[in-house]
Amino acid sequence: MLKSQNYFPESTIMEQASTPLLAETSTARAAVSDGPVKLSIRALSFYYGANKALKNISLDLPERRVTGMIGPSGCGKSTLLRVLNRMYDLYPGQRAEGEVMVDGENILASSVDLNALRSRIGMVFQKPTPFPMSIYENITFGVKLHERLSRADMEARVEWSLTRAALWAEVKDRLHTPAAGLSGGQQQRLCIARTIATKPEIILLDEPTSALDPISTLKIEELIDELKRDFTIAIVTHNMQQAARCADRVAFFYLGELIEVGTAAQIFTSPRQRRTQDYVTGRFG
Amino acid sequence: MAETTPHIVQSYGQELKRLRSLLVEMGGMVEAQLATATLAVIEQDAEAAARSVEQDPAVDALEREVESFVIRMLALRQPMAQDLRQIVAGLKMSSDLERIGDYAANVAKRSIVLSQFTLPFKLGGLAHMARLVQENLKMIVDAIDDGDADEAAQVWRSDQAVDDIYTAIFRELVTYMMEDPRNITPCTHLLFIAKNLERIGDHATNIAETVYFAATGESLPEVRPKGDSANYAVIRPREE
Repeated sequence: MLKSQNYFPESTIMEQASTPLLAETSTARAAVSDGPVKLSIRALSFYYGANKALKNISLDLPERRVTGMIGPSGCGKSTLLRVLNRMYDLYPGQRAEGEVMVDGENILASSVDLNALRSRIGMVFQKPTPFPMSIYENITFGVKLHERLSRADMEARVEWSLTRAALWAEVKDRLHTPAAGLSGGQQQRLCIARTIATKPEIILLDEPTSALDPISTLKIEELIDELKRDFTIAIVTHNMQQAARCADRVAFFYLGELIEVGTAAQIFTSPRQRRTQDYVTGRFG
Repeated sequence: MAETTPHIVQSYGQELKRLRSLLVEMGGMVEAQLATATLAVIEQDAEAAARSVEQDPAVDALEREVESFVIRMLALRQPMAQDLRQIVAGLKMSSDLERIGDYAANVAKRSIVLSQFTLPFKLGGLAHMARLVQENLKMIVDAIDDGDADEAAQVWRSDQAVDDIYTAIFRELVTYMMEDPRNITPCTHLLFIAKNLERIGDHATNIAETVYFAATGESLPEVRPKGDSANYAVIRPREE
């Protein structure tokens, strides 16, 4: 007695497996879109004097995720990072309009304490910028501005931050030697250690590996992957592969405008905007 | 998305063009192979059958060439977005085209056996099916050449007709076998020939899905029109 309508076993083989190629999985999408927003940029415009460098940008940075910012030179991505920790305040004639909300507070408001803000939002620059002092002092310098720690606690903080920055094993025996003696990659990791030593909530990375060799670059990328467990990260990069490797979400900027934002998988396999497509494939006119 | 903006690195653009032309060349070869194999069946022409089988190694060689070219491009160009989709699609399509060539060769081989029989019936249905499959194959090779998502979607939809006619041929051949046991050997070969043609149609729809994805970044729906009910034709399992 045959109950099955499927009379010939070959019929199962004949079924066409419809496998979408490269399509992002629903889990990947969920992993990125889940989670609260740590920093929310709303209708942000920025001016260098009369020159409007950012035009009405709205973008959310999800908590404990890496947001990559890409775009050709002069598109405004580094300017945006400078706005996010009020760096522009140091320069007259530069001003921002709109809001940048961190945990419900507008950090562009004049009432915001800039020192406190910069301890919450750390920044690492393109070129390693170690202070002309020892490795140990490089770490403690920023911490001392905000916290009074006992010697033992401070030593623990130095070890913690150097360990998190994947540098501890390499420098633990020469903490009191000048930081300038480190290699470029080590100096950059020292700068990251110095940034996380103040326990910020958000880390801004402005082309952190552009001056480094490929192996040091990979170490920094591995570090970014590690750090996103605790920190919300924004990274500006000219290296598309780096954005693809590091970022959960990628935002593409062009001439001061945010053209497209999406998961890294979407931006690098199926961008929706023509300009994004032309940029990521190397067709930019 | 139509490709209008050229690559900043010109040699990259040339490589993408070369990949496309390799695939179109491969498509042209399997089209010819299928046409010759069909002729061999319908005209019972053993010489045409041999020609079709002989074309197979050239198709296989092209598939290997596409494969190594794609791996080289992935390594050296690190493609993104549309380029990435096209390059990976090239790899998939070359494997579908190679399978189509295999099926065509199989049709040709069976036609050699078939040519030794005098058939007491016409092969009108099979000729019609072969023509539909050939039309779909030609259209999909054109779609590869133009990166045309609309044309690909049309091929994807029209496979339904191939499946329908396959089911009809299945019923017809089973009837001939029931009428006269001497028909069993040629009809069995004809059944396999029809099945091979139906599989060629399926691979053409696979290619259609790939072309569509490469061109648009979107996938066609997972369930495609599929009407091959030959599995249940004529004899249904009895419920007791």
